[in-house]
Amino acid sequence: MKKVFRLENLGCANCAAKMEKAISKIEGVSFVSIGFMTRRLTIEADESSFDMILEKAQKIIKKFENDCKIVR
Amino acid sequence: MKIELSKKDKSRLLRIISSLIIFVPLLIADKIFDIGVQTEIGWVLPCILYFVVYIIIGYDVLYKAVVNVAHLNPLDENFLMCIATLGAFTLAIYTGVKGEGTEGFEEGCAVLIFYQIGELFQSIATERSRRSIASLMDICPDYANVIRNGIVEAVLPEEVSIGETIVVKAGEKIPLDGEIISGVSSVDSSSLTGESVPVELSPGDKVISGCINLTSTIEIKVEKEFTDSTVSKILELVENASDKKSKTESFITKFARWYTPVVVALAICLAVVPTLIFGNGEIWIYRSLSFLVVSCPCAIVISVPMAFFMGIGISSKSFILVKGSDYIEKLDKASTFVFDKTGTLTTGEFRVVSVYPEEKEQEILRLAAIAETDSIHPIARSIVKKYGQQVDTGYTTESMAGYGIIARSNGDEILCGSYKLMEKHGIECPLQNDGHTAVYVAHNSQYIGVILITDEIKKGAKEAVSELKNMGVKCVMLTGDREQSAKKVAESVGISDYKASLLPQNKVYEVEGLMNGDGKDGYVCFVGDGINDAPVLMRSDIGISMGALGSDAAIEASNIVLTRDDLTSLVKAKAIARGTVRIAKQNIIIPLFIKIAILILATLGITNMWMAVFGDVGVAVLAILNSMRIGRIK
Repeated sequence: MKKVFRLENLGCANCAAKMEKAISKIEGVSFVSIGFMTRRLTIEADESSFDMILEKAQKIIKKFENDCKIVR
Repeated sequence: MKIELSKKDKSRLLRIISSLIIFVPLLIADKIFDIGVQTEIGWVLPCILYFVVYIIIGYDVLYKAVVNVAHLNPLDENFLMCIATLGAFTLAIYTGVKGEGTEGFEEGCAVLIFYQIGELFQSIATERSRRSIASLMDICPDYANVIRNGIVEAVLPEEVSIGETIVVKAGEKIPLDGEIISGVSSVDSSSLTGESVPVELSPGDKVISGCINLTSTIEIKVEKEFTDSTVSKILELVENASDKKSKTESFITKFARWYTPVVVALAICLAVVPTLIFGNGEIWIYRSLSFLVVSCPCAIVISVPMAFFMGIGISSKSFILVKGSDYIEKLDKASTFVFDKTGTLTTGEFRVVSVYPEEKEQEILRLAAIAETDSIHPIARSIVKKYGQQVDTGYTTESMAGYGIIARSNGDEILCGSYKLMEKHGIECPLQNDGHTAVYVAHNSQYIGVILITDEIKKGAKEAVSELKNMGVKCVMLTGDREQSAKKVAESVGISDYKASLLPQNKVYEVEGLMNGDGKDGYVCFVGDGINDAPVLMRSDIGISMGALGSDAAIEASNIVLTRDDLTSLVKAKAIARGTVRIAKQNIIIPLFIKIAILILATLGITNMWMAVFGDVGVAVLAILNSMRIGRIK
């Protein structure tokens, strides 16, 4: 399942790149892309564990930019 | 363009101004009147005063540094910036205690002030380019007026389902794709296709969403849900484009992962190794602090994707929809452009020029119309149109790609198609080779006559081909049409390399040949109308369809969609791609060069942290401004 989310308060391009790399390592994620200019998170992952993966992704994002949120 | 500052930027600006108000007089007082030196605890007063400035300008950086380190993320730029600036403070206290002056406090503050100014510029510039692109795509309708139970209701376009009727008044945007059921009006599609002449539409005509209804109210029967409508497809295509990252972008993210750790490691070496050999620890530590300031690869990480973002955005503005950054890169390297003939180099609007033998014209057209009546091929349409009368029914037709059509009914057989079709059935006929497209007609194995059809060359085709050639691109034409008409078209647009009489699968084979041959160092583009060349569009490195707005299959199969049916768009697309890639490369080389230069100079003690902070945010701002130049490509 592929879904697109907006990232609120994404302010740093280098962080976006680091987030992308870290999220791609979550188990079950087959594709991830963070566009700094578009502030978009595109994520493709197993449907069954999608919510859990998104939770993990949010945690990772917080790790790099504390106030950055996935808008659901 | 006026830019409203975001809340974050406003408070940042306020902090920059207030810290400067304290910092500048403090700096003057410190440098000219030497506040605090000479006495043993003389460093305390400047330290406190500067630290006030430091907190005003840098409390968010400090906070983020603490949070990120708590998250076990020590190579965070905020953290490194804090180490550098606090390091400068510590060194100043150290020398102050020794009574050797208080150099360093002002530097720690200045680095953060410049850092914040740089961040502010970055934020403004990024927002500005985001908006310049967003405004281009102002084609999305906000509402639809749908008729439900006899009442007109304004609802979101998403809420309208197929088969419902919507009303569009003059001046409104058409919200959904459909067919006009009542009303006659001019429709302006310029925001989608760049076509400036409005089209007069009446009941029975199809309309696409995103166009503007100009003159009078029309009622439209909706044929597609909003998510499948032309507007949604275009927006989706442009928005998804940035997901497909170019090789340059992927390289940069990889590079960035190595850059920071390497620079930080060098900083540590510079602080430790010479100190052990030569002593004078504070000098070497001070020099290594400059390393930390330039340790963020931000300038490159931000400006390269931004260049591609601008490239895609400016392309969309020119009615060139690119499906991903990687296609910008490939288009830049494209060395061969392969054109389909019909509908691409020519208008695809066929016209029957003559029928031989003339005395049998009605009979020939009548038979041909029977065979061609179910076909949507433009040649077939032109024949049916020329015949202009009720077509006999009761025939079953069989279409053979590349040959023609056979129509049968109770032992009656009409063959209608190319010379090859006649040959295949052993029918003798005179070969026509004056450059027109010839459709041969045979009835019950008896040759009846031939219809000659012509197709006009598109405006701008010749200019486009010659400009592409000037750019060093090889142009090739492939067509299913006969040698003679192919030659005629090829000559008049200036293509010397062409292949005729190709079946659709042969076109794929030819393109593969080019990809393995000349195209090895470059890429092969296939340019078609997207209607019957989907396999080649998909097989080539870059499939470009043109003028096929509203055809899902064409948009699906191609990598670049030219919504404007104009070959000169190709030249523009190539020029934008070239400019984008050039600027992206500059955005890697220039910041890197400056950063390395600063690292070397800092090692030698020639520059200080003032210069280093320029190497960080200053370079980032420069690179961003450079990316914005893409907007000016003509």
